Amino acid sequence: MAEKQASRVAYGEELLAQGRINEKIVVCDADLSQSTMTCKFAKEFPDRFFNFGIAEANMVCAAAGMAHSGLIPFVSTFAIFGSARAYEQIRNSVAYTGIPVKFVLTHAGLSVGEDGGSHQTIEDIALFRTLPNMTIFVPADAIETKKMVRAAIDIDGPVYIRASRPVMPCVTEEDTPFDPYKAAVLREGKDIAIFTCGLIIDESLKAAERLAQEGIDACVVNFHTIKPFDNETAVEIANRCGAVITAEEHSVIGGLGSATAEALAGHSSAKFARVGIQDKFGSSGTPARLFHEYGIDADGIVAACKKLLAE
Amino acid sequence: MDLAMQQQKAVQLRADIIKMLYLAKSGHPGGSLSSLEMMMALYYNVMKVDPKNPKWEDRDRFVLSKGHSCPALYAILADLGYFPREDLWHLRQYGCQLQGHPDCKSTPGVDVNSGSLGQGISIAGGMAIAAKYLKKDYQVYTIIGDGECQEGLVWEAAMSAAHYKLDNFTVMLDHNHLQIDGDNDQVMGLGDIMKKFEAFGFTCYKVEDGNSIEAVVEALRKPHNGKPKFICCETVKGHGVSYMENVAGWHGKAPNEAEYLQAMKELGVEIDG
Ligand SMILES: Cc1ncc(C[n+]2csc(CCOP(=O)(O)OP(=O)(O)O)c2C)c(N)n1
Ligand SMILES: [Mg+2]
Repeated sequence: MAEKQASRVAYGEELLAQGRINEKIVVCDADLSQSTMTCKFAKEFPDRFFNFGIAEANMVCAAAGMAHSGLIPFVSTFAIFGSARAYEQIRNSVAYTGIPVKFVLTHAGLSVGEDGGSHQTIEDIALFRTLPNMTIFVPADAIETKKMVRAAIDIDGPVYIRASRPVMPCVTEEDTPFDPYKAAVLREGKDIAIFTCGLIIDESLKAAERLAQEGIDACVVNFHTIKPFDNETAVEIANRCGAVITAEEHSVIGGLGSATAEALAGHSSAKFARVGIQDKFGSSGTPARLFHEYGIDADGIVAACKKLLAE
Repeated sequence: MDLAMQQQKAVQLRADIIKMLYLAKSGHPGGSLSSLEMMMALYYNVMKVDPKNPKWEDRDRFVLSKGHSCPALYAILADLGYFPREDLWHLRQYGCQLQGHPDCKSTPGVDVNSGSLGQGISIAGGMAIAAKYLKKDYQVYTIIGDGECQEGLVWEAAMSAAHYKLDNFTVMLDHNHLQIDGDNDQVMGLGDIMKKFEAFGFTCYKVEDGNSIEAVVEALRKPHNGKPKFICCETVKGHGVSYMENVAGWHGKAPNEAEYLQAMKELGVEIDG
């Protein structure tokens, strides 16, 4: 299995690699290039890297101007400031016209850790998901991040890739096919399905292991693409297993849990529950402690699966 | 407390900041150390506050717009007795009332949440407008960063402060010339910041040594002339710890054990467990 790596680090590497073969790629950042890892691209291509300083709204609209001029801008900063701070600019200057601005926002979710609730986006997917024309990817690991960067370049429209701060274990392989429109089954199982994404995949796989020891056969599915959502796979697996849990590092409102609920409504009578952040803000702490306290680690997922099956 | 004693106290508070960050293993030393004396000038000399009654209606208000520098604020609030000094050693831990960025719901003495740059100065302006409307004579103070001045919101706030003639409002700039990706001038130059605030309708003062409490206090006592006031304080990022001074890399990184011990040695402060 490949080495552990943060998705933001994989992004920095792939952005540089793609920059070398595609001159239309330009990069915008807002004083966080050493955290988002766009610094690698900036170093090799200083004339194609634009630091806008701490001015996210201007950065997004300037990127829109670049996209209108035939370029493919990648826009990076912390997810909280790149999504919520510049949201109306994203809506009206980018999504509304459907131009190809690629948002790769890092440090999403509770896993920002000690910086606390002001910096932990629990709503970014919800925000992007309501925008027509938007594609949303949540990478499972470093390998998938790189595939997503390439897919984002091929998509003729705006894309959001949600990257995170901590190192992630690899749950896919180099030769695992990445179809942006198809969810990927990571572990087969017949009793209950765990639909998950991002950093919570690893927690879900651990949960499935523990459930197996108790005789519960859980299937784990990587829903790397939140929009457009693979409704077909969601319904098919839900109907096969009869019970579905969604597990994500995001509010249960508006993210994978909501997308799944919308897909299943009227098409499946499977039991259903959402593991995620239960309509509250984050706080300071280590990522592991926060995952536990907010019930999105393996313990929380195991408990939610058992509760659902007992209902 | 006289000014000489305050300058002495600054050494102890600096040590508290370093210890806090060392124990938390994360956080922002550079901007905390550059703005410490600015906050001390306010809390020990100018502002009307009551640590026993943090929500006192007529208190002066302070908004740390560059919220990442809260370790300096926390050290001062603890020293003034808003909460036990012991709490400082749990900064950024799960369940601690001292969050990574200021949170008024959990920390006594913190008036407003901040951490998302640009918003604090706007909120502070709103508090000054409210004071006028409510016919209260409290003052509102805010500290912004130079990198923070790149946010459009700062200028929207500045425009409205002049428009509403907020002569109860003081904006202090921690002009340490650094942000995360490097020098302000390298990332996104501010130009002549004094002239800009002047053009936006502020009465402007410059403090050549913003790490001198006395110099900052002097500027804070100067007149508003019927306008909002802007004080540009020239400071040193990482002030007081040799290896942190003027190094952008110390914006958001905690010292390791060796660095912690060296800082304490330089400050001449005993390690108190
Ligand atoms: C809206 C927003 N964008 C980005 C950040 C991330 N960030 C935190 S501190 C900082 C640099 C601040 O520089 P400056 O204002 O000069 O602060 P100082 O040098 O006083 O620490 C950045 C970009 C943020 N907190 N808020
Ligand atoms: Mg600065």
